[in-house]
Amino acid sequence: MRAMHVVVCVKQIPDPATPGELDPTTKTLKREGKLILDESDAYGVEMALQLVDAAGGGEVTLVSMAPNSEVSGLRTALAMGAAKAILVSDDSLAGADALTTAKVLAAAIKRAEPDLVMAATESTDGYTGTVPEQIAELLGLPSVTFASHVEVRDGTLSVRRQTEAGYDEVECPLPALVSVTAGVVEPRYPSFKGIMAAKSKPVEELTVADLGLDAGQLDPRQEIVEVAPAEERKAGEIIHDEGDAHLKVVEYLEKLKVL
Amino acid sequence: MSLSTIWVHAEAQEGKVLTVTLELVSKARELAGNVEAFYAGDDADAIAGTLGAHGVTKLYTTGGLDGKLPGPALAAALAAQIEGGNAPDMIMFGTTYDGRDVAGRLSVKLDRPVLTNCTDIGVDGDTVTVTEPIFGGTTIVDTAFRCDPPHIGLFRPKSFEPSESGGGAAEVVPIEVPDLGATGAAKLVNRHIEERQGPKLDEADIVVAGGRGLGESGKFEMIEELAKLLKAAPGASRAIVDAGWVPYAYQVGQTGKVVKPTVYIAAGISGATQHLVGMKGSKNIIAINKDEEAPIFGVADLGIVGDVHKVLPALLEELRKRVG
Ligand SMILES: Cc1cc2nc3c(=O)[nH]c(=O)nc-3n(C[C@H](O)[C@H](O)[C@H](O)COP(=O)(O)OP(=O)(O)OC[C@H]3O[C@@H](n4cnc5c(N)ncnc54)[C@H](O)[C@@H]3O)c2cc1C
Repeated sequence: MRAMHVVVCVKQIPDPATPGELDPTTKTLKREGKLILDESDAYGVEMALQLVDAAGGGEVTLVSMAPNSEVSGLRTALAMGAAKAILVSDDSLAGADALTTAKVLAAAIKRAEPDLVMAATESTDGYTGTVPEQIAELLGLPSVTFASHVEVRDGTLSVRRQTEAGYDEVECPLPALVSVTAGVVEPRYPSFKGIMAAKSKPVEELTVADLGLDAGQLDPRQEIVEVAPAEERKAGEIIHDEGDAHLKVVEYLEKLKVL
Repeated sequence: MSLSTIWVHAEAQEGKVLTVTLELVSKARELAGNVEAFYAGDDADAIAGTLGAHGVTKLYTTGGLDGKLPGPALAAALAAQIEGGNAPDMIMFGTTYDGRDVAGRLSVKLDRPVLTNCTDIGVDGDTVTVTEPIFGGTTIVDTAFRCDPPHIGLFRPKSFEPSESGGGAAEVVPIEVPDLGATGAAKLVNRHIEERQGPKLDEADIVVAGGRGLGESGKFEMIEELAKLLKAAPGASRAIVDAGWVPYAYQVGQTGKVVKPTVYIAAGISGATQHLVGMKGSKNIIAINKDEEAPIFGVADLGIVGDVHKVLPALLEELRKRVG
């Protein structure tokens, strides 16, 4: 048995229940107001806690990049059981693209020297879906993405990776990065005790300069040039079932000549 | 049209080129004078014909990877080509598991951004612009690359129509995979193929999809039987995939498959934007939901306000009589 130190990348996002908005001048995602823990990241946090438990020692460190020193999402993950967090918050990062985000997160992760880095396959709000693999490359780590099942045996990861046709069994030595899908484990709800304990867990706040990154390296090299509402599809006929709606369906399929 | 060369990530399953690869190659032909492809696998010769017929001139291949994952291997092989002076203007990937891995690794190696979830691409002089739906498909943004080529983009399946150009087989050109160090340490030890009968979800002419409104896992049998009677593929919302009722391969939507069948039947699916983005390109949509206010009715050609536990059994009964 050896202790496992796991870093989980977590994103704090606007509540997905409220529709997203772009800032009209910068054309980047508005991330004001209260942010919450991205639900997709709860799976990685839970998986990491279970792996640490199974190893019989170690801890989970959260790494996040967010504007305005936002910590409310981090507190949720700390309440689940993570030990501490590193938060990178810097005005110069507003509107950062995926590669910039990966560079910042990778620099922060390096400080924690983890055995394993976990992330969700993509965030709920931006869903670019490339950050985990970019982090792995920046850190020179092997990676297994789209994991639907993760175990560690004798210091080696054993992962089920989703594929088009089913899944692949992949083995990988540590240190490594794994991105997990929703459903890999059932995330726990923070207990009252956990919520109280989370309030005093350490959150180290860093700027881009603290990470030793030079701002010139982080300039976005893409620009949103146009924003438009998507074309709406028109609704057709709506009927209330009076016990004969199935005949309507059959009629409709016949009209389309698919029956 | 001013690009000279575009590279496309070629993927195949059991010697058959994935449709998304052919879609990208066909689009690339409109934008560039020369289209080349790259492939990790030991059967490049078997796919060179199909790729050539769609306009690919050269197929770079690493050969089989001996259990290594394509992400680091293919990215390193491409980066070595580019550093050696063999560089395209644009590199196109399909949004697939391996495509995302290779594109992410490559973007770091080349220190270039990668734009994802793209559904279109345009070229104006030196500027390459891609289109992506955001906020679950309710808003469309155009983003321009503001750096030196090669640009990297990940494109959603079904964004373009595949078409043949009548070309001969692509020339197969082996490329080296440099030493990957630790990044190449993950090893594939076993593949599991989930058996599925009937047409493939993203190729079927009819898709019958079920959601949480079915109530319980066992009721998905109604969807399976309906699919069988209609020679359709069964599909699902993410809610019931996450609940473990059906495998992930059934999922339609933003994080699942994009489908554009002739008929899409949604039973007990609310029509969340993330689901709609995967199916609203269907030619005809039939929705069955007991809630008149369900957003799925906003895109349905035929909407039935009713209980799936009444409508589906009656429909099955009727179809059994006809199709038997
Ligand atoms: C980042 C992200 C990505 C996502 N990707 C996807 C994706 O790829 N695909 C996807 O589908 N979802 C996706 N989702 C989830 C999506 O937001 C919805 O939660 C999901 O689609 C809901 O599934 P559902 O319609 O089956 O369930 P619900 O929303 O719970 O809807 C069930 C519906 O069934 C109806 N109903 C209940 N009982 C009956 C009955 N007896 N008869 C008839 N109707 C009945 C109800 O009126 C309701 O409308 C994603 C979410 C996020 C945040």
